[in-house]
Amino acid sequence: MRVAPEYYLSLAGLMFVIGVVGALIRRNAIVIFMFVELMLNAVNLAFVTFARMWGHVDGQVLVFFVLVVAAAEVVVGLAIILLISRNRGSSDVDDVNLLRW
Amino acid sequence: MIVAAEAGATHAQLAGWIVGLPLLSAIVLLLVGRRAGRRSGIVASSAIGASFLLGAISFFDLLGAEQGARSATLKLFDWISVGSFDASATLLVDELSIVMVLIVTGVGTLIHIYSIGYMADEARYSRFFGYLNLFAASMLLLVLADNLLLLYVGWEAVGLCSYLLIGFWFERPAAANAAKKAFIVNRIGDFSFLLGILLLAGTAGSLTLGTVNEQAGAMTAGIATIASLLLFGGATGKSAQIPLYVWLPDAMEGPTPVSALIHAATMVTAGVYMVARLSPVFEASGGTALAVVGWIGALTALWAALMAATEFDIKRVLAYSTISQLGYMFLAHGVQAYSAGIFHLVTHAFFKALMFLGAGAIMHAFHGEVDMRRMGGLRKAMPIVGWTFAAGCLAISGIPPFAGFFSKDAILASAWADGQYGLWAIGTVTAVLTAFYMFRLYFRVFEGGLVEPEGTHAHDAPMTMAAALVPLGVLSVIGGIINLPGALTLEHFLEPVVGEGHVPEGLGAWLLPGAAVVVAILGIAAAYFLYLRGDGAERRSNLLARPGVRPLVAVAGNKFYVDDIYGRGIVLPGKAFADFSSRVVDARVVDGVVNGVGKVIASGAESMRKLQTGYVRNYAVMFLLGAVVIFSLLMARALT
Repeated sequence: MRVAPEYYLSLAGLMFVIGVVGALIRRNAIVIFMFVELMLNAVNLAFVTFARMWGHVDGQVLVFFVLVVAAAEVVVGLAIILLISRNRGSSDVDDVNLLRW
Repeated sequence: MIVAAEAGATHAQLAGWIVGLPLLSAIVLLLVGRRAGRRSGIVASSAIGASFLLGAISFFDLLGAEQGARSATLKLFDWISVGSFDASATLLVDELSIVMVLIVTGVGTLIHIYSIGYMADEARYSRFFGYLNLFAASMLLLVLADNLLLLYVGWEAVGLCSYLLIGFWFERPAAANAAKKAFIVNRIGDFSFLLGILLLAGTAGSLTLGTVNEQAGAMTAGIATIASLLLFGGATGKSAQIPLYVWLPDAMEGPTPVSALIHAATMVTAGVYMVARLSPVFEASGGTALAVVGWIGALTALWAALMAATEFDIKRVLAYSTISQLGYMFLAHGVQAYSAGIFHLVTHAFFKALMFLGAGAIMHAFHGEVDMRRMGGLRKAMPIVGWTFAAGCLAISGIPPFAGFFSKDAILASAWADGQYGLWAIGTVTAVLTAFYMFRLYFRVFEGGLVEPEGTHAHDAPMTMAAALVPLGVLSVIGGIINLPGALTLEHFLEPVVGEGHVPEGLGAWLLPGAAVVVAILGIAAAYFLYLRGDGAERRSNLLARPGVRPLVAVAGNKFYVDDIYGRGIVLPGKAFADFSSRVVDARVVDGVVNGVGKVIASGAESMRKLQTGYVRNYAVMFLLGAVVIFSLLMARALT
């Protein structure tokens, strides 16, 4: 069975929007992080879809880049979140506003 | 160092080492001299002594060469080479520079040895010798340089060493101020010199001495006059002529060996050397430049002699005397008797260095006392100093057969033969004054009953100091033989470089030296009656009572108020301007602009800082908006 690319793209768009909204409205750092991952995966899905659509391998290659970068980002991000929550006893991003004016 | 002489020119091969040895020693002494301690004096003396030996070897090599083929160069390395302009680090060894090398290293070596004794109690012993060696190297570079740019490097370097050595006892405010004064006054001259060099570079297209001198004939008289006057401006600074002589008397604050080496024998003669070296440029101006040189020299000679006759500080008398004798040298140049000028430079180096070292020996015994009114009759207490000093006085006064007689007579005779009777007359009057002030000093200090400053005891010069005094004394007596008519003559030797001067013929050749001797004896007699005879004090007060004498003495004793005029006329306005610059221009204008820019940025930043809320969400929204804008723009471009 062959599903039309529009469906995949719509799904990707939907996932991305959910990710954006979630990242903006939630305050728990872990949850924001999960929404960011959701956006990344939405982009990955779009890449794979286009790769398939045009019969090019480039899109699939880029997905690997995104995965690797995302993994690195998770490592750093989680380390920061962990340290913040250890120090301040909370993972609420609104509590961490030391660098404002 | 690349040492590669041109083919067939053996006597230039050592030139690099002549400069290099003192330089090397200076670097070593200034970097690690403290560890050498008392040995640094020996190191320094050996370095300059070795330079002297190399200079002597080069000199005899040069004598062995054919006349006319005695000029040789040694290229050390390429220095500045831009387009057609080329100034390489090249040393020139010819008749003139080898004479200068022998003076600088010969007198220099004796003064180094003297300093071992004189500076024995000095805490900064090795630094002193490091500076002395650095000076010697710079001076040798100056006289050996083959192009004006390299000469200028030496010219500035000797100025620096002079500053460092005048201010060697910088704890004393007088010494520190004298050093600054010397440096600043010299800078004025140096600037003029630099402008002259640049003008020559522009017109001649090269700074090589030979090329400049060849091109001089092709210059217009106007350009040549301007160039010569600018160059001579440099000489008035370095060689202490009117109007820039004021630094030299104050420079006596430095240690006495420095006064002997730098401010009598060598550095101050740099201007004399330079004018002789570039004589074709001065001649190309059609008489104007040479007239200025001659008249400035003559007036300086007279002016300084008047001040010397009223001064009581031994070293300052010698300093004025140096200025006066340098004036004679420029007088000689002014009548195109360059070799006579150089001859006087050589003999002056002998007897003036000798007298400075003698004065140093007195200061050494009297803990720095220099006032001649507080001493007397020292010849019996310190015979070596006394007899050598007497030789120096006779030499400078021009009594035959002492060295100064021949050189001074050569200058005055040349002035006469050139038809410059005015210059001759001033020179002759100055000769009377010279004999008078030197014997005034000599009679007061060395003859009569023994007078010692309180708490001191006269003792003769120690070994190392005597080792310098005696050879210089001998040279002051017999130094004239280097230019004895008929024998080996310096004049003839220098001819290929500086040309031939005018020499009086017939009766004048006998009358002029006779007149010179008479005026010298006149001066000595005046000093004898006023200062040595028992009724001298009475005669002095009688003389002062005559109308017009006392004001003249007072004015001359106050250095003709030149220092005050410069102080009021130049230094005070300069200070006021500096003060204005610092309080108004700098504090208000410059700082105002800088602070104003800072304030504008700070207040701008103040209003913008509210953007930084610290909430991650706000940043994320901005991020998103930015992404949307960029994406929209890209889409819009793709769709149209």
